Amino acid sequence: MRREPPKTLGDYAPLLFPAGMLTIFFVVPFGTMIAVSFFQRQQGGFYTPAFVFDNYARFLSAFFGGVLGFSLMLAITVAVCCVVLALPFTYLLTRMARSVQVLWLVALLSVLSLSEVIIGFAWSTLFSRTAGITNVLVALGIMSEARALTPSFAAVLTGMVYQAFPYTVLVLFPALIRLDPTLAEAARTLGASPLKAFFTVVVPALRNTITATLIMVFIFALGSYLLPQLLGRPQHWTLSVLITDQAIYQSNMPFAAAMAVFLVLVTLGLVALTVIAGRKGEAA
Amino acid sequence: MTAFFRKFYFFLTALFLALPLIVVAGVSINQKQTLAFPPEGFSTSWYGEIFLNPEWRNALVASVTLALLSAALAVAIALPLAWFLWRRVAPWANIFQLLGVAPFTLPPVITALGMLTFWATAGFYGQPWTAIVSHAIFFVTLPLVTLSLGFTSIDRSLVEAAATMGADERTVFRTVVLPLVLPYIVSGYAFAFVLSLNEYIVAYMTVGFTMETLPIKIFNALRYGYTPTMASVTVLFVATAAVIFGLVARFGDLPKLLGAMASDGK
Repeated sequence: MRREPPKTLGDYAPLLFPAGMLTIFFVVPFGTMIAVSFFQRQQGGFYTPAFVFDNYARFLSAFFGGVLGFSLMLAITVAVCCVVLALPFTYLLTRMARSVQVLWLVALLSVLSLSEVIIGFAWSTLFSRTAGITNVLVALGIMSEARALTPSFAAVLTGMVYQAFPYTVLVLFPALIRLDPTLAEAARTLGASPLKAFFTVVVPALRNTITATLIMVFIFALGSYLLPQLLGRPQHWTLSVLITDQAIYQSNMPFAAAMAVFLVLVTLGLVALTVIAGRKGEAA
Repeated sequence: MTAFFRKFYFFLTALFLALPLIVVAGVSINQKQTLAFPPEGFSTSWYGEIFLNPEWRNALVASVTLALLSAALAVAIALPLAWFLWRRVAPWANIFQLLGVAPFTLPPVITALGMLTFWATAGFYGQPWTAIVSHAIFFVTLPLVTLSLGFTSIDRSLVEAAATMGADERTVFRTVVLPLVLPYIVSGYAFAFVLSLNEYIVAYMTVGFTMETLPIKIFNALRYGYTPTMASVTVLFVATAAVIFGLVARFGDLPKLLGAMASDGK
């Protein structure tokens, strides 16, 4: 049965429910959020329709600029760490027996589905003085006494890399499993070491995939909300934390909405920049 | 040398992924109400606590109900859309596919805040069903992607044969198309279910103050200190996810499912 254009009104019927749901419960909320970002805030947690830029102006202060800068820096660091760790791992995984692959994929999916709360709880335990890994180091005689490793930037970074690592592998997996194996084989026949073949043949062939993965992990990491709170100090809090704080605890919806809209714009802007840079690199 | 290096690398990765779970599993069988690792004594009472303590039990029931219903709604949205895109030539309809992928692609706080402003404006803030709708929209991407893959794997000549034999659209769908995409429906449902079970921010922003799901309950409990019950809930959740994905792998082609997941932009 070939694909046909819809002819009668009845042919459109199956689209009605999904299109309606997505419009009402995604497009309208998104639009509402944009509208609210221009609203005027009233004392006591209410807001009135208006068209003011106050919420955006307030955002351009040094404090919020700093938070935005930190959030972006953190997300970029997480993305780079994850890709550096996951690329060789995924490459080797795709060259293994299918049964081994399935086992790893189930494990990765299970870790990926872990709630941020649970990851935060687990790592704060691991980094704690009473039940943490420093106790193991003491037992091994490497450290003289156990100490707490959290809150710290390193703790936040570890938690976020842990959260994003399975995601990174799953994003890289399809491109790597479809990669022509003869490429690396040819390099090996010509005398390259496995490591050299990986860096001179596999990595360049995957340049676009790597860029796309970096962007996706970056966006994934940008959404991290609980880990900075559970593992870091207040200066490690991200924009997601501030948005929630403004929306729920300060009852300042217009300001929260303005920050969210700004976050979307910055995200899309960075993605666009990376794509443009990638195209230019290809043309050269 | 290379084989040794590879094994070592995989061992380290496995250790990194397992380390938090090992500690949490150890804490969960601790005898006293403290976080001690290695565990002191042995007790499974913290597992009983999840079901016996009304607060933890309510949170468990809330989470499972939310996940079951929202995943069903997500499939109900994704199935007709994926079918339409497979059956009809209507380029503008792709915009709905894009809309279905967008909520999951943006940072979750954006979707969560959009939902919060919307429900507050509409006057439904805090109603339990708003969380079901919000999760369904947030996770619709997963069944949409698995179903799109399922439809492309259908041999169109099969459908054509059925039509030539006189089957109408409805019969073709019920007897040929549906059985072929059923595994993809199940896996899409499973993905949405597991992720909904563990989701925090969307649930928190929509019904956080009126309904406590397990992730919300754990986070709220964290503020007052640690209890081993959190650890046992964690073990229970990881085990559930592993079993569900294990079943998907057992009855479906997991590498293929995941191969398509990312090529569709997810």
